[in-house]
Amino acid sequence: MSTLTREQAEALIAEVLEVYPEKAAKDRRKHLAVNDRSIEQSKKCIAANRKSLPGVMTIRGCAYAGSKGVVWGPIKDMIHISHGPVGCGQYSRAGRRNYYIGTTGIDTFVEINFTSDFQERDIVFGGDKKLAKIIEEIEMLFPLNKGITVQSECPIGLIGDDIEAVARKASAQIGKPVVPVRCEGFRGVSQSLGHHIANDSIRDWIFERNAQDVKEPYEPGPYDIAIIGDYNIGGDAWSSRILLEEMGLRVVAQWSGDGTLSELEYTPKVKLNVLHCYRSMNYISRHMEEKFGIPWVEYNFFGPTKIAESLRKIASFFDSRIQENAERVIEKYKPMVDAVIAKYKPRLQGKKVMLYVGGLRPRHVIGAYEDLGMEVIGTGYEFAHNDDYDRTIKEMQDATLLYDDITGYEFEEFVKRIRPDLIGSGIKEKYIFQKMGIPFRQMHSWDYSGPYHGYDGFAIFARDMDMTLNNPCWSKMTPPWLKKEESLTAAKAA
Amino acid sequence: MALRQCAIYGKGGIGKSTTTQNLVAALAEAGKKVMIVGCDPKADSTRLILHAKAQQTIMHLAAEAGSVEDLELEDVLKVGFGGVKCVESGGPEPGVGCAGRGVITAINFLEEEGAYDDDLDFVFYDVLGDVVCGGFAMPIRENKAQEIYIVVSGEMMAMYAANNIAKGIVKYANSGGVRLAGLICNSRNVDREAELIEALAERLGTQMIHFVPRDNVVQHAEIRRMTVIEYDPTCKQADEYRALAQKIINNKKLTIPTPLSMDELEELLMEYGVMEKEDESIIGKSAREAIA
Repeated sequence: MSTLTREQAEALIAEVLEVYPEKAAKDRRKHLAVNDRSIEQSKKCIAANRKSLPGVMTIRGCAYAGSKGVVWGPIKDMIHISHGPVGCGQYSRAGRRNYYIGTTGIDTFVEINFTSDFQERDIVFGGDKKLAKIIEEIEMLFPLNKGITVQSECPIGLIGDDIEAVARKASAQIGKPVVPVRCEGFRGVSQSLGHHIANDSIRDWIFERNAQDVKEPYEPGPYDIAIIGDYNIGGDAWSSRILLEEMGLRVVAQWSGDGTLSELEYTPKVKLNVLHCYRSMNYISRHMEEKFGIPWVEYNFFGPTKIAESLRKIASFFDSRIQENAERVIEKYKPMVDAVIAKYKPRLQGKKVMLYVGGLRPRHVIGAYEDLGMEVIGTGYEFAHNDDYDRTIKEMQDATLLYDDITGYEFEEFVKRIRPDLIGSGIKEKYIFQKMGIPFRQMHSWDYSGPYHGYDGFAIFARDMDMTLNNPCWSKMTPPWLKKEESLTAAKAA
Repeated sequence: MALRQCAIYGKGGIGKSTTTQNLVAALAEAGKKVMIVGCDPKADSTRLILHAKAQQTIMHLAAEAGSVEDLELEDVLKVGFGGVKCVESGGPEPGVGCAGRGVITAINFLEEEGAYDDDLDFVFYDVLGDVVCGGFAMPIRENKAQEIYIVVSGEMMAMYAANNIAKGIVKYANSGGVRLAGLICNSRNVDREAELIEALAERLGTQMIHFVPRDNVVQHAEIRRMTVIEYDPTCKQADEYRALAQKIINNKKLTIPTPLSMDELEELLMEYGVMEKEDESIIGKSAREAIA
């Protein structure tokens, strides 16, 4: 298909909005925009971080998902209790593909669902005693855990349990951090508030405790950095870490993919925080800047163009040796990158992509597609704030579509009209679009592939996009009996 | 006679539990089969019938057994004076958990276990002071209590509460069959009390079904964990509860209440001298300002 003009794009939005009742249309109109690169502040063109409309299909999660699923969950040597009824923990268990090294059930616990499994009596009489008991049992059964977090599900906030008091008492008893997290699902409009709450709980219950009690063996060095906001999906943080280490930096901590409690505790001593997912961890980065004077820098490890930019930007915070190393790293991987591009670009050139993902990918992966000659013609976030869109406007071409908290209906209508060559979104969207005959990649879980970060990740990314887009199955969308008819009609016409 | 389910509401401390139990004792004496369901975590709705300090409650027994599914009806249902069946929903200590959910769980349990059998003439729900959340409205939802009696006195706050409860009833009356059946005046010896409650009842579109005078014999009986009917069946007060029981047996006046606005209620209170006319000039003035 051809790219839309600004007028066509605006007409498309207007047409899609037509079916809504007036009030709904008025609300949704604010969340759909045609990109204009000359706008500095996104709040002039798109509304974000607002309550979803009742009655629409939204793809958002909840505050619990933001805390347990994203920020805390991957900290592998702590045990995260899903405090409340069993479902929240069970249905979010091990679904995010945040890889880690360790012996599950012995010294690492990411894939296990720990839950207080609330029953009627816990709602009626409160769950504090049960929580204390669970912590005691966890200590007995999994003595190598380094600490515990309490991830509140909705009822905890409704019945007013005092999990802070339980946490303080238990922490004193077991001599490890016990972190109460007030991430009840009904708080906020999406998972985004859960990220914030989780960040704050690290500040209040890990850093504060750290300042008082922890005597650590860690000796800070001049090139210490922490990777912030990389959840190691399919090994992303590992393929990022390689490059940073080759530059001569020492990666002290990974937040939070394959991360540990001590890594969190060491971070206030690093020289620089490098921030990949701005949305979910800008809060703690800003805190460390204010409290400990640690600068932070956003980076993007998708695709060689952005990687090179990012390596140089990170190096600029250090001395000339690191800066030279950055150039050396870029040079070293150039032949590999060239080979990847030489192989895949001819097969992908000019293909149009529509994205709809979560925290950083709606803008971060654009560069990687462009490195392969592809074009992102529409993008949007589930739970972004306006500062995310500020950053997105410049990454996107003019007259492309921006859509915030897009509804199932709007997404389908846009796709039907635009017919992109590839869609990148989540599992709930995948089969709908595949059945429409459009190649699809899951861009939350990398469709069980990855890593996509770093140079190694780019090679996998390029292969996966080619494999999906150029899969021969897409030419088989019309069944043979219909095909015959077509050719018959064609023959008759001739 | 078909089973009649009645709920007793009213301001905290107004004497709901005492009135309910004396009333139920009088009904039992008149040959009616009655069950009391206490819907208050304090679990003091059945002590006068059972001569017990506090009955073992559904929620406490369920917590001990694991869940309500592990309980049998016999475990929670006790029979006291005059064959009155007694259950208490129970709930948490003040300040923890969710008492409202306890009421919901307990009543569902009673339904599932068939506590409402065909032999019963009356079920009385004795509900905690104010309807603070959905749980305490459980007894007046669909297929539960159809008749609501509000215990009230001539005191200002008791009447405020009665009016608020009437508002709650309207909500459920419109979607189901629940109706206001009358005000029970539990006298506090306020001047012109009967007149005042009659007037309030009229404004609410209902009746003062009975005026229960104040009598120390009620307290004498209560110390012995007994109802007046049982403690001193010949006393005057026992006859009052018998009269109330007869009126309830014969009560046909079930209405959708017409609650008063705040202004209307205050006007009524002023009319009867319960409340003084508001002096606009003193509002928001501190003691020092008032002197100056």
